[in-house]
Amino acid sequence: MDIAHKDSGAALRHLNPGDWLFALALAGGGAFALRQYGGFMDIYDKLILFLAVPALAAVGWAWKPFRPFLAAAAALALASIALYQGDLARAEKVFFLKYLISSQTAIMWMSALFFIATGAYWLGLLARSDFAEKTGSALTWSAVTMGTTGLLVRWYESYLIGTDVGHIPISNLYEVFVLFSLITGLLYLYYEGRYATRRMGAFVLLVISAAVAFLLWYTFSREAQEIQPLIPALQSYWMKVHVPANFIGYGAFALAAMIGVADLLVRKGILASRLPAAEVLDDVMYKAIAIGFAFFTIATILGALWAAEAWGTYWQWDPKETWAFIVWLNYAAWLHIRLTKGLRGAMLAWWAVVGLVVTAFAFVGVNMFLSGLHSYGSL
Amino acid sequence: MRHRSTSRAIYELLSSMRFAISLLTILGIASIIGTVLKQNEPYNNYLNQFGPFWFPIFEKLGLYAVYNSVWFLTILGFLVLSTTVCIFRQTRPMLKDMRGFREHAKEVSLAQFQHHARLPAGLPLAQARDAASAYLARSGFTTRINPRHDGVLLAAKQGSWTRIGYFLAHAAIVLICVGGLLDGNLPLKAQMALGGKVVTSGNQLISDIKPESRLGLDNWSFRGNVFIPEGKSAGVAVLNVQDGILLQDLPFTVSLRKFHLEHYDSGMPKRFASDIVITDNASGKSVEKTIEVNKPFEFDGIMMYQASFEDGGSKLRLVGHDLRPGSGGDAFPVEAAVGDSFKVNRAGLDHTLELGTFRVFNIENMADEDKSDAGTIASIEKHLGSGAKSPTKKDMKNVGPSIQYKLRDSAGQAREYQNYMQPIEQDGAWYLLSGMRESPSAPFRFMRIPLDDDGKADSWLAIRRLLVDKSQHAGIASRFAAASLGRETDANVRRRMEETTRKTLELFAIGGFESLGKFIESTIPEAERDKAADVFIKILEGSAWEAWKLARATAGQPAIEIDPKRARLLRDTLNATSDSLHYGAPVYFQLTGFDEVRATVLQVTRSPGKPIVYFGSLLLVLGVFAMLYIRERRLFVLIKDSGETLVALSSNRRSMDVDDAFRRHRDAIAALIKPQP
Ligand code: HEM
Repeated sequence: MDIAHKDSGAALRHLNPGDWLFALALAGGGAFALRQYGGFMDIYDKLILFLAVPALAAVGWAWKPFRPFLAAAAALALASIALYQGDLARAEKVFFLKYLISSQTAIMWMSALFFIATGAYWLGLLARSDFAEKTGSALTWSAVTMGTTGLLVRWYESYLIGTDVGHIPISNLYEVFVLFSLITGLLYLYYEGRYATRRMGAFVLLVISAAVAFLLWYTFSREAQEIQPLIPALQSYWMKVHVPANFIGYGAFALAAMIGVADLLVRKGILASRLPAAEVLDDVMYKAIAIGFAFFTIATILGALWAAEAWGTYWQWDPKETWAFIVWLNYAAWLHIRLTKGLRGAMLAWWAVVGLVVTAFAFVGVNMFLSGLHSYGSL
Repeated sequence: MRHRSTSRAIYELLSSMRFAISLLTILGIASIIGTVLKQNEPYNNYLNQFGPFWFPIFEKLGLYAVYNSVWFLTILGFLVLSTTVCIFRQTRPMLKDMRGFREHAKEVSLAQFQHHARLPAGLPLAQARDAASAYLARSGFTTRINPRHDGVLLAAKQGSWTRIGYFLAHAAIVLICVGGLLDGNLPLKAQMALGGKVVTSGNQLISDIKPESRLGLDNWSFRGNVFIPEGKSAGVAVLNVQDGILLQDLPFTVSLRKFHLEHYDSGMPKRFASDIVITDNASGKSVEKTIEVNKPFEFDGIMMYQASFEDGGSKLRLVGHDLRPGSGGDAFPVEAAVGDSFKVNRAGLDHTLELGTFRVFNIENMADEDKSDAGTIASIEKHLGSGAKSPTKKDMKNVGPSIQYKLRDSAGQAREYQNYMQPIEQDGAWYLLSGMRESPSAPFRFMRIPLDDDGKADSWLAIRRLLVDKSQHAGIASRFAAASLGRETDANVRRRMEETTRKTLELFAIGGFESLGKFIESTIPEAERDKAADVFIKILEGSAWEAWKLARATAGQPAIEIDPKRARLLRDTLNATSDSLHYGAPVYFQLTGFDEVRATVLQVTRSPGKPIVYFGSLLLVLGVFAMLYIRERRLFVLIKDSGETLVALSSNRRSMDVDDAFRRHRDAIAALIKPQP
């Protein structure tokens, strides 16, 4: 997601008919969503939908492989919706729903695909096999496609339970873990293409696998996957923008930390001949932290706006808020370190790795160990 | 001279990057404290947690309100100071840098750039200059052309706006901190210190609170709660400060028409909303409004939010059943409101009843725990499909209203009770549940009071009264002996039987099954205990049956025959009677009716810093994006008379993009001006 000008002003001139076709398809999709589901949307939902079209178009223009991915996820989700015919019970009866594209099943496929992709990337790295790495790449693409399908279908299913229950599936710890895996996967795939190397996959996919492992534990031992209605505090349009922005931040930070691990190994000479050069890793780390920091800043501000409406104060040092602040400070410090002569190099990599610990605590640790107002998912 | 250099050193330290990094790190670490230790709890909790030695020390350190403590605000203050000094120091060089083109750069210095290349030129100077200049314009650069003695220098730049980003983002930090400070509790502290305001204790009537604990309408920054029962109104807010409260007068009166509380089928809350009427004190004008969570309302510069809800003093109708042995069977009615506390008027009782939480709904999972452990495949299969179903069966039911109360004896000892109003079905029979606990942290232990054919607890009460009354034991024992032995038996056997029964009843009346169990353990050899226990149970069941018949006869009710349902009632009666001997209260209060009154709690705030913080946030986002995503590039093309061309590129950030950009521009320019073959 590099929104820098290549040749500034020239960006539009460089668009080809394919680009315009993609934008047109997006606009068509938006119009379809509005016609089909507009009745369930309030003015803010419509505004978000309206803004999503140019945002997705921009991503698709800057990053071509995003288009087939989006098309595939949309097609699968629509197929699933068509198979449901408005009846939840069909999830148990229709073969394709039960074993492929109902929400739970799609998320299970995502989980399995991420695990296998991790294995493939490691095989590729250790055996220097191009084929294995390409397989890893394809599997990761499939995983994010299935995950996105799963979330979209889950959104639809929630409305089938009851129109008062229906809501976008980013409201509890289970749902945001799926979102985290997806966003981290997509960010990784972007950098993989941008830097033309698949060697970082082995490391980044590790952290995704860890998230997926947690997700499975949460499903099997806590039955967390059941769709729950929204408590009053969560019934807010701010949630719909706050949470995704937050998870772009978390995803990017997690990715940067894994690149940091690779960077440290390379600096020590371990796997150095197989991994990209430290300079490349440094650059990826910076790009990831920059995007993470920018979105995390937005997310924290949106969270404050939301808190002002739900709790009456934009900031009250609730543990979740405070940890978000700590994460933010941590990466602000990281960016400044990078600008300071004499502090770069291994120090930055270490700082990014420690950053993952801080981020993980803000993400799940707070829910586990501290109590506060952010009650959306205690463990 | 000496003085100057010290202030210069401080200036440089404050504006240095390393100092900024240290501050950010220290601030982060300091923030952790307040997330580990719960903030702003009642002081008593801390005293219990830390004990009398550490409590005052931690208080001095400000650990109970870290984010308002002097040392924390000092760190924040340094951040603001450092950022301000940093902006100050950077302004001049940055502005100069933004405006300037450096068109006088020397060839030697260009040749020292990390990114530079010398290209052979084929075109004549003027043509090369025009081609390069056109290329730079096409690529989004603004260029200044400087002809000089040895040729011409094209000094081009793009992305200078990134510098503006620096000012925006860092000024935003200062703005946000200042705005936050205005909304924090510093203004309040200042009023307490300068205006002589003192906090007062929370448990007194509002009208008793003295003027020195009231804040006037001129207070421009506060956050407090307004508590309003349905049908009532309020014109003051309560501010929780340190270990007490302050009152804040409001320029209007809020009255609550109705409080709405809605649930989903699963019992989760769905909507909290207050229908309120706000009347302006000055003009007398009223506005009607519904405030909900996430839908606040502003009036007269004061924001009102739905914060929570409470009971507003619901009227309860209770019936007291005297459980003391030998008491008459009459029940006595009690009428009171939630929150009341009063002496129970009853001969020989010296107990205080304190009515606590009253709930109209209790939604419980009534499904049996299904712990069947299927294989892995089956388990995965169970988790496929839609996200709607729950793999473990759930049966959420509203079991109706409940009341929680404390009963305090003359020694001040209190036990807590939780009674449900409606009977609850368990294993095919209906019971009234009454829970008891000795400490607030313990779970309630429930006594299941069985209901008779009329759906009442009367049969249990009547049988129990006879079973626990020692003076009745002889009578029951002789009836039981007569019933079980018939008429013929010899008097000795009969007397022994009566004696055993009386003894059994006596033991049971002391501590229920527990006393019987202890008796068996201490007197009967292990091998025979099971058999003995069976005998005792038979005796108790028979005696209970006799007691029931006796009670009915005394009350003039028709005789009844034993059947399986009544046998079950007898067993349940014995269980409940046994439990009632450990109930710890002389009276069981049955909830029989209520008129619910709800109260809303609105948070009211006046936050003068909010617009500043929001504006700062906007600047912060713009600034951060500008700094990170507008990339400054300076491209120098020096076309020399000699035909040689020097291309150099610089940027204010190190990144691989810079290498990339340099390569691209160099190759493009080289192609433009390359010598014709
Ligand atoms: C919470 C506090 C702060 C935040 C969030 C913050 C944020 C940032 C960000 C995001 C950047 C851009 C980094 C990059 O492009 O890689 C930056 C640059 C910079 N910051 Fe800060 N900063 C903070 C405090 C400070 C302080 C206290 C100082 C000075 C003592 C400072 C001095 C600078 C300087 C000199 C730059 C480089 C500007 C340039 O070369 O364009 N910052 N800051």
